[in-house]
Amino acid sequence: MERIPILKMGSFLLVTIQVDMHDQLAMNLQEDLTNRISATGARAVLIDISALDIVDSFIGRMLAGIAGMAKILDAKTVVVGMQPAVAITLVELGLSLDGIHTALNVDRGMALLRNSLELSDDEDLGAELANES
Amino acid sequence: MNHEELQIRTQSDIVLVRKAVRELTAKLGFGLTDQTKITTAASELARNTLEYGLGGHLEMETLKNDLGKSGIRLTFIDQGPGIADIALALTDGFTSGKGMGMGLSGSKRLMNEFTIDSEMGKGTRVSVTKWK
Amino acid sequence: MAEQNTHLSSLLQKNEQSLLTQWIEAQQRVIGTKISPQELKIQCMDFLRLMVEATHQDKSTSIDGPAWVTAKKMLAEVSKSRTNQGFSPSQTALFVFSLKRPLFDLLRKELVDRPNEFADAIWAITQILDQLGLYTAEMHQRSREEVINRQQADMLELSTPVVKLWDGILALPMIGTLDSNRTQIVMESLLQKIMETESEIAIIDITGVPTVDTLVAQHLIKTVTAARLMGTECIISGIRPQIAATIVHLGVELGNIATKSTLADAFKLALSRTGRSVSKTTTHSPATGMRK
Repeated sequence: MERIPILKMGSFLLVTIQVDMHDQLAMNLQEDLTNRISATGARAVLIDISALDIVDSFIGRMLAGIAGMAKILDAKTVVVGMQPAVAITLVELGLSLDGIHTALNVDRGMALLRNSLELSDDEDLGAELANES
Repeated sequence: MNHEELQIRTQSDIVLVRKAVRELTAKLGFGLTDQTKITTAASELARNTLEYGLGGHLEMETLKNDLGKSGIRLTFIDQGPGIADIALALTDGFTSGKGMGMGLSGSKRLMNEFTIDSEMGKGTRVSVTKWK
Repeated sequence: MAEQNTHLSSLLQKNEQSLLTQWIEAQQRVIGTKISPQELKIQCMDFLRLMVEATHQDKSTSIDGPAWVTAKKMLAEVSKSRTNQGFSPSQTALFVFSLKRPLFDLLRKELVDRPNEFADAIWAITQILDQLGLYTAEMHQRSREEVINRQQADMLELSTPVVKLWDGILALPMIGTLDSNRTQIVMESLLQKIMETESEIAIIDITGVPTVDTLVAQHLIKTVTAARLMGTECIISGIRPQIAATIVHLGVELGNIATKSTLADAFKLALSRTGRSVSKTTTHSPATGMRK
């Protein structure tokens, strides 16, 4: 069966959604991610949706579901790269995806996760902080 | 005017509906946001047709009004069980299935015009229109 | 009816000169010399000729047939130029309606001993002229709408500047009322700029928004929510005391959206959220410096 690949990087799980998802594929992803979190003890999940040109209520529900289940398994979820048109449409549709953390891109999403998990290897942020007086 | 029909029988048909609607809206010159709104509404309504109407079809039309404005009309038709209480079905958050209950009310907000006809045991017909 | 129009057509043709003079006079009595006499004369001559042709070809009293296409096209042009010159709808329709009196006078003279024919002719010409007059007014309105739409579009473009205040901090100074149309454009330009500049914080300044009602508040919340979905936090600034009062009075829930009374305060908050602060430089100079 068709599945969206999940990458593991340290204690993070990374997913990039690049296909126009049909509903079953979205449900598979939700199931796979939950299984992987519990199997690997991952602390955080980053989902890159910059390639998605629509997010309807089904995909929205799937994202909220992942975040909710991950939270129960003590992992934090961040959704990154939502397109402006998609964000406007979601708001008009009536979905604000409260409870899901968001970031502009993968870099920012990683920094957000590292920060909130208080991981030491936040290099990009560290570099910026070094310049502060 | 321009008229096209698409079957909605399986989940991958929903993906095909999205693709066809996106292409048509782009061809009509809708902006990116409106393209996305219309495609999303189509996705919601196609899923309703499949899930609650047990399958059906979509009719896509391009329109032009008196002032020369162009528009798109999508009509989703099924021969399913019908909707008992349309007002209730249009309420935010109401669902009898596995969606978020945003399908009907949400697509109504995404489009300019929205009409729904449903008869118990006969089927449902939802028509939405967006003008440029 | 058929005879009426044949009659009308030849009648118009035969009396072109006298009709023209009276028609132009009737118009000038109302609109003065807002339009140059030459221009008016050319317009009237052209239109009379088109009417002769149309009534000759089309024997009905309807102006929907193909015979009237050219005449209507000319009316549309006249109407458009009148609109641009600032004429009111009735002043514009006057172009057609002022032809009634001279025509009626003419008919009375011609048909003085045939009252039945006279009545029929009056009725026929009234129908035609009324339709033409209404058409002119309609065209006037349409040109007005075009002008309004164009201005609206221009204003929308002009009134939604998104400016970069600092690395990662954008500001959107909002001016005027927010309707749903405008909200979408504002949202689009803000979110687009957020994506381009990868800004973490956007300040929406509503100092220039005259009133905040429930609808405007909803639009603001929508904009903030959409930005949040992309991963950017918004701060709303420029909330005047009366607006704060209205918001509370209306029971609008701004949720956990950060609000500040001035753009300066919001900027300070944005800086501190991105790990920066503003301080005076040590060497005393008239201006204050800003450091990361």
